[in-house]
Amino acid sequence: MVENMELLAPGHRACPGCGTAIATRLILKATGKDVIVVTSTGCLETFTSPYGQSAWEVPWIHSLFENGAAVASGVKEALKAKGNNHTKVVVISGDGGSFDIGFGAISGMFERGHDITYICYDNEAYMNTGVQRSSSTPYAATTTTTPAGVASYGKLEPKKDMPSIALAHGIQYVATASICYPQDLIRKVKKAISINGPKYIQVHVPCCIGWGFDPSETIEVGRLAVETGLVPIYSIEKGKPMEVRKVSDRKPVEAYLKKQNRFKHLFKGEEYKEVVAQLQKICDDNFEYFGLAK
Amino acid sequence: MSKKAVIEGSMAVAEAVKACRPKVISAYPISPQTHIVEDLAKMIADKELDSTMVRVDSEFSAASVICGASATGVRAYTASSSQGLLLMTEVLFNTAGMRLPIVITGVNRTISAPITIQPDHQDTMTLRDAGLIQLYVENSQEAYATHIQAFKIAEDREILLPVMVCMDGWILTHSFEPVEIYDQELVDKFLPEYDPLYCLDPEKPITYGSYADNEVMEFRYMMQEAMERAKDKIQDVALEYKELFGEYYGGLIEEYRTEGADVIVVAMGSVLGTIKDAVDEMRENGQKVGAIKVRSYRPFPAEELYNAVKDASIIAVLDKSLSIGQGGPLATDTKAAFYNKKAPKVASFMAGLGGREVTKETIKNIVYKCKKALELNIVADMEFVDLRREII
Repeated sequence: MVENMELLAPGHRACPGCGTAIATRLILKATGKDVIVVTSTGCLETFTSPYGQSAWEVPWIHSLFENGAAVASGVKEALKAKGNNHTKVVVISGDGGSFDIGFGAISGMFERGHDITYICYDNEAYMNTGVQRSSSTPYAATTTTTPAGVASYGKLEPKKDMPSIALAHGIQYVATASICYPQDLIRKVKKAISINGPKYIQVHVPCCIGWGFDPSETIEVGRLAVETGLVPIYSIEKGKPMEVRKVSDRKPVEAYLKKQNRFKHLFKGEEYKEVVAQLQKICDDNFEYFGLAK
Repeated sequence: MSKKAVIEGSMAVAEAVKACRPKVISAYPISPQTHIVEDLAKMIADKELDSTMVRVDSEFSAASVICGASATGVRAYTASSSQGLLLMTEVLFNTAGMRLPIVITGVNRTISAPITIQPDHQDTMTLRDAGLIQLYVENSQEAYATHIQAFKIAEDREILLPVMVCMDGWILTHSFEPVEIYDQELVDKFLPEYDPLYCLDPEKPITYGSYADNEVMEFRYMMQEAMERAKDKIQDVALEYKELFGEYYGGLIEEYRTEGADVIVVAMGSVLGTIKDAVDEMRENGQKVGAIKVRSYRPFPAEELYNAVKDASIIAVLDKSLSIGQGGPLATDTKAAFYNKKAPKVASFMAGLGGREVTKETIKNIVYKCKKALELNIVADMEFVDLRREII
């Protein structure tokens, strides 16, 4: 059962091919109307909420960049105080607001055990401010603050493992998802909101502007991230074995990298063969650790 | 009716907050604010107060939690000091901009560096442009009354702005004074349950905190208008409080023996106790000296202050915070209020920074300097009082 009504109204200001808009539409299909959504500053807030033209058909609040989880904690406590034990509280926030600047507030919310579903739409950089590096940006990707040049091949550090950090809090449910598998995403959001306590879902959302691909290829690029093993899709419910989305048609990492301008510099000569090999190793390790092979 | 008890200033605040029945309280420790939230925590643990306390990970989250709770339609409260208030700054601007009527106690303590836990007004004065109504109190009883009034002012639909009650750390929070604590029924009568105009509700979805390019000017205008309306509201609420509780604590300013005064000392907060004693002694010696307590710093009572001092020869403004590179904010605002008017001279004194003691002698010395300035017809821009030159 999914909500028939479009709770993210059409006419919002997202770029054509925006993965975040797709993610949000699907998340609201899963939550239905009985929800309060908290969003941190970022693309989603900007394109959905121009004054007088809100696209939100559910109650929605945006306060600041780094406090989504804390504002949601206040919302949840207020609902409880009003005797409302049915309305779900869902945070939808970007990777900058989750991995970086909002990290402390998320940790606090997890530790306090609030019944909140925290969903990070992960487009792997600060897209709203013009594609700057976040701690979610993958290894070797260029951004405007990690440009490639004679002395650099982009981001030198690996992507931060947020789901493991979330899990280390002992929370009830942690999952990764991709907009390219809508049924899986909807199922995971439904599962999360059905469980009492803090939950974390990280949704991989391709960004055609920030990653450099044609807006018509959002889904294709997103699928390649999963099929190469660079973005493993899994879920862990506390006390139960991990569930993994198997990859039936495995692709080499180059198939994903070559689709995007942010990795273009890696293929200009032979210079970065080792870097590409390192990215392939991340995929290989994921296949082994998560058991991605069918 | 009421009971009188000798209690700590922090407990007076906790008793007032308890009587206002906030549904959500957030707490993060910082001296000298901690006793307030500790007292509230105990009241909740003892089932004397039906509230949820959220023990957060930072002051940033403390302010954010009550922002979210207030937007969901319940009364919400927190307290902080010094670095904690600075960490909250972004949230407090935001909460005021969303017109959420939270109440927060700003327990005054200076700002690092150098780090110290001693009191001055540097922390709350730094928040003066945030869109908070700021009320500075002199003693524990006034702190009690002002907190109860604060919720009523904040939640008034003509106002809808956060209220920060500012009180000197240690001097007030950790001193024991007799305080009249009123019965719950009386407070309930004065302050009914919060009835929000708007709130986050799935039955009636609304958007809070939207993006605006071409409307910011109008939002700011409406906040300024609400602040202007608050000038009347603060006074009306104090009168209403007096009618029910029998004592008057309120208004924008308080005048003390200003009739016929040549020199008037203007200040905020607990130092007024010392100033009033010094004024009494100087009056006994035949000196025409008075004092004014500025209670409401935002909105700034420009007209009331001018009318109260216009017949004096000189006023001494005592600031306990410094806008470095400019001067004392209270003196600066006072001078601005007098511009283009026939007004007394304004002498600015920087005193009590980092908890430097302000004694009756300090006040008498300030008054003496004002008289000298009149004689010589030279008023210095700003003077640091009791400066320890040997350290510089």
